[in-house]
Amino acid sequence: MTQAFRIENSGLINRDKKLSFKFNGKTYFGYEGDTLASALLANGVHLVGRSFKYHRPRGFFGAGVDEPYAVVQLYRNGETEPNIKATEQELFEGLEAKSVNCWPSVNFDIGAINNFLRIFLPAGFYYKTFMWPKSFWYQIYEPFIRKAAGLGVASIKHDKERYEHKYEYCDLLIAGSGPSGLASAYAAAKNGAKVILAEDKPRFGGSLLSSDVNIGNQSGKDWAEGIIAELKTMPNVVVKNRSQIFGYYDHNMLVMSEKVSDHLPTTKKYHPNKRLWYIRAKEVLISSGSIERPIVFGNNDTPGVMLSSAAKEYLKVYGVLVGRKPLVFTNNDSGYETAIEFKKHGVDPVVLDSRKNPESEIIDEAKNLGINIKNSYVVVAAQGYKKVKSADIASISEDKKQLGKIEYIQCDCICVSGFWTPTIHLASQSGNKTKFKEEIDAFVPGQSKQNEITLGAANGIFSLEETLKTSFTAGSELSKKITENDNKIAIPNVVEKKSSQHDKFWCVPLPKGKNYKRFLDFQNDVAVSDIEIALREGYRSIEHVKRYTTLGMATDQGKTSNLNGLQLVSEIENKVVPAVGHTTFRPPYTPVSIGAIVGREVGKHSKPTRKSPMHSWHEKNNAVFVDAGVWLRPRYYKRGNENLFEASKREAKNVRTNVGVCDVTTLGKIDIKGPDAAELLNRVYTNAWLKLPVGKARYGLMLREDGIVMDDGTTTRISENHYHMTTTTAQAANVLSHLEYYLQLVWPELNVNVVSTTEQWAGAAIAGPKSRDLLQKLFPNSDVSNEGLPFMGYMEQDLFGAKARIFRISFSGELAYEVNVESDYGNFMWEKIMEVGEEFNIQPYGTEALSTLRIEMGHVAGSELDGRTIPFDNALEGLVSKKKDFIGKRSLERSAFIAEDRQRIVGVVPLDKQTSIPEGSHLVKDDKAPLPNPKLGHISASCWSVEYDNPFSLAILKDGKNMIGQKLFAMSPLKNKVIPVEIVSSHYVDPKGERVRS
Amino acid sequence: MLYINCPHCGMRSQNEFSYGGDASVKRPELNKEVSDQEWDNFVYNRKSLRGKHLELWQHISGCRQWIKVERDTATHEIFRTFKADEEVA
Ligand SMILES: [Zn+2]
Repeated sequence: MTQAFRIENSGLINRDKKLSFKFNGKTYFGYEGDTLASALLANGVHLVGRSFKYHRPRGFFGAGVDEPYAVVQLYRNGETEPNIKATEQELFEGLEAKSVNCWPSVNFDIGAINNFLRIFLPAGFYYKTFMWPKSFWYQIYEPFIRKAAGLGVASIKHDKERYEHKYEYCDLLIAGSGPSGLASAYAAAKNGAKVILAEDKPRFGGSLLSSDVNIGNQSGKDWAEGIIAELKTMPNVVVKNRSQIFGYYDHNMLVMSEKVSDHLPTTKKYHPNKRLWYIRAKEVLISSGSIERPIVFGNNDTPGVMLSSAAKEYLKVYGVLVGRKPLVFTNNDSGYETAIEFKKHGVDPVVLDSRKNPESEIIDEAKNLGINIKNSYVVVAAQGYKKVKSADIASISEDKKQLGKIEYIQCDCICVSGFWTPTIHLASQSGNKTKFKEEIDAFVPGQSKQNEITLGAANGIFSLEETLKTSFTAGSELSKKITENDNKIAIPNVVEKKSSQHDKFWCVPLPKGKNYKRFLDFQNDVAVSDIEIALREGYRSIEHVKRYTTLGMATDQGKTSNLNGLQLVSEIENKVVPAVGHTTFRPPYTPVSIGAIVGREVGKHSKPTRKSPMHSWHEKNNAVFVDAGVWLRPRYYKRGNENLFEASKREAKNVRTNVGVCDVTTLGKIDIKGPDAAELLNRVYTNAWLKLPVGKARYGLMLREDGIVMDDGTTTRISENHYHMTTTTAQAANVLSHLEYYLQLVWPELNVNVVSTTEQWAGAAIAGPKSRDLLQKLFPNSDVSNEGLPFMGYMEQDLFGAKARIFRISFSGELAYEVNVESDYGNFMWEKIMEVGEEFNIQPYGTEALSTLRIEMGHVAGSELDGRTIPFDNALEGLVSKKKDFIGKRSLERSAFIAEDRQRIVGVVPLDKQTSIPEGSHLVKDDKAPLPNPKLGHISASCWSVEYDNPFSLAILKDGKNMIGQKLFAMSPLKNKVIPVEIVSSHYVDPKGERVRS
Repeated sequence: MLYINCPHCGMRSQNEFSYGGDASVKRPELNKEVSDQEWDNFVYNRKSLRGKHLELWQHISGCRQWIKVERDTATHEIFRTFKADEEVA
């Protein structure tokens, strides 16, 4: 296949490296350095997709980030990515792409019937048409819209690519490597400032790559190459191509997406696909340039209609002719530059200029080259369906209201230039109050809010000479402030052609009797008539007009449509454009791959995984793990074909009859030291702490200031001024912050230090009637009798050479101990316990058995201390001191908290003693009552009682105190269950708590 | 992302800190008779100012110190930061 539209002697592509690629199944060739767009155009392919709403044929409109049409589904290395702009995707060997938004094919698209039905699809049609009847939504409208609309298809496979995040700091961050970016970067670099220069395209140089200018005694392109080459050698400079700064956030933090591998057939080993940079810059220089805007005319979305600057870029950068019979339609001198390039490459363009009698150096050059120029002429409509074949043109009156006689002109492309729109997105995102600049009919940055300055075309300065002057100065002044160096740089001479004033003209009127669609937003199919309808229907705010018509809401975010939309609204409303205002610019400037945003935090890397020192033992012994916050804990230890239910029952039963051991390393541990430690505990906990003797532990309850239970746990007095606090696994971090808050801010006079020691200690809970016998064998020289180590006692002993802390505390309700050793000895301790415990039939137990044991004992845990309950609700009011003050005490006097029928914890047993009650079920009086059935309480935790061999649950129940013995219903609409239940005491097993003291 | 000057550590990004609310709130003294209104003002009622606001942040992934930050809630501008025991003039 020949590249029929590729020309010799032009372009920056590497003609020595031919690449093959596939588009819609057909094989083509291009060169290294091509984009998918330039390679397709070189092959004469103009039809790339269908539009969003009417499914009209779509070609290429731009040559870069502003492209509204050429969005493709990309296939690379066995993966697929949707919504890639063909104008941004670099060609690589074996690239495959397909059109999106068309079915069954881009040439024959069934949805195009919408084009003929468009009278029924005006502005707001999504809101109006699909509203009624409601039942139609799921069955008819939504599936239809889903099939007919939308762009590409996201892959549902796991993404094998890697994405990285990087944090960087610099003195000057420069967005864009056109003339202003290069000049300011160079000046700042020479002053020794730390500079990052970012360019979204593969090639540095911006507009210099395609414009006919001289800087110093070389071409603009050669000058740019020289500057970049020098910058790359400087240690204080980072230059990055393929890197789009897409967001400007608070305190001068900007985020940049670097495409590391998208231009290669496969990602190199150890390389990420993309790298997301978080850059904190002292100064930001925005040199993002400008985007040409279209002039609106009939059928201006036909393939072959494109921006004149894009046509020039395809010619100069890629050596590609977008047509052989070009028609240039312009209201300013830029169109002439494109025409001149065509002419220089042997193609005869026709120029239609809406202006009556413009004069400038550029126009003179065009005239001298013999280019056919028609003044006061406009394109009325493009003709041709899948490609421009001709144009209807006409002369236009000076007031731009009257068209002359329609003439026909043969052409195969229409290059349109409606002047330039500065790219102010980043400046606007930074909080800059933009202002409307009358001379250029566009917004430019105004008052800065952050340390940001906008230079060159992005600031509405279109003269190269002025751009270079202001940019060199800005780069040098801003860096001087930071580095205090002042290396003067001579600003080079510039040779550029002077241009004349553009015409304030942006939309061609409709000829009599014609109803051409004149598009403003090319991707979302928003036409002039849609805006007119929106305004007629009463929408006034530009933000509302945008949402009602979807103007500027496509993936290109209206880069080519916003200003023309504003012009139209201002004209209809008879307001000036600044009074209409523009819609808010929000990050990201261009679509960012979700993978890049997520970075490496996927799968198990989405949060840290904390493992206890005994983890490998658990693994070896068939533990099935469960996430407990960021910890992995054994849920149960599987034997043979056991399931969760069977295993946890076996483990719990063994604790009740023999002895079990549970890894409790994950409990939060806080070391508290200082002469005022007891006073701190006394203020933090609801119960009394001043008289706890050394060598004793106590259970404590802490509240938030609003009276809600925050956490519970035991704290042990290790020595006179030294305490060891434990917290629940989930609240460990919060409790530490809570203590630090009071110590640092509220009671700084207390002389206490707190530090987390969660990771320093490994913990094993040994529970069951045989636990003392086991403990005695572990510590043969210690007196661990009921007298020697009573309930809530504490001692420090030697565990076969390892220093151990022994606490006689119990969560299971059985006779139990907790042994702590330094983490490095955790596994040693565990193995010793298992070894010594063998003769007592010890079994390890997981969190499921642990829950069973605590539930049937009526011990509360996270499911009851859920941030909504007070001590009374948990039957813990006995721990609330009446004598002293503590955090949250005053709140307990609130009327709702002392109400007679206050909610309270109860036990719940199904009447059939068979049916397990789903957690979260509601308790109701009458299961047949009309909905919403009044809820009396909810099931907080459920287990299978191993003591009684039937289901047992805990619930928080209104007036729970007086409900014991009542019969209610537990209802779970989620599980579709209605279970008759009886309310019993929450202390289902050993209500007097004799076992723990035995 | 805010850039906060921790008086103990220097300039650090916001993701090292956790927010702690209005720094002008004073906890009523312990063992003191407190009216319902006073207590509600302490626990619940906040002005939710637009503009300059003195607030608490904890440098949890740094020095773990609670600090006071004078910040504009509308513009996010940070004017000054203080140690926990520093008087705000
Ligand atoms: Zn700090």
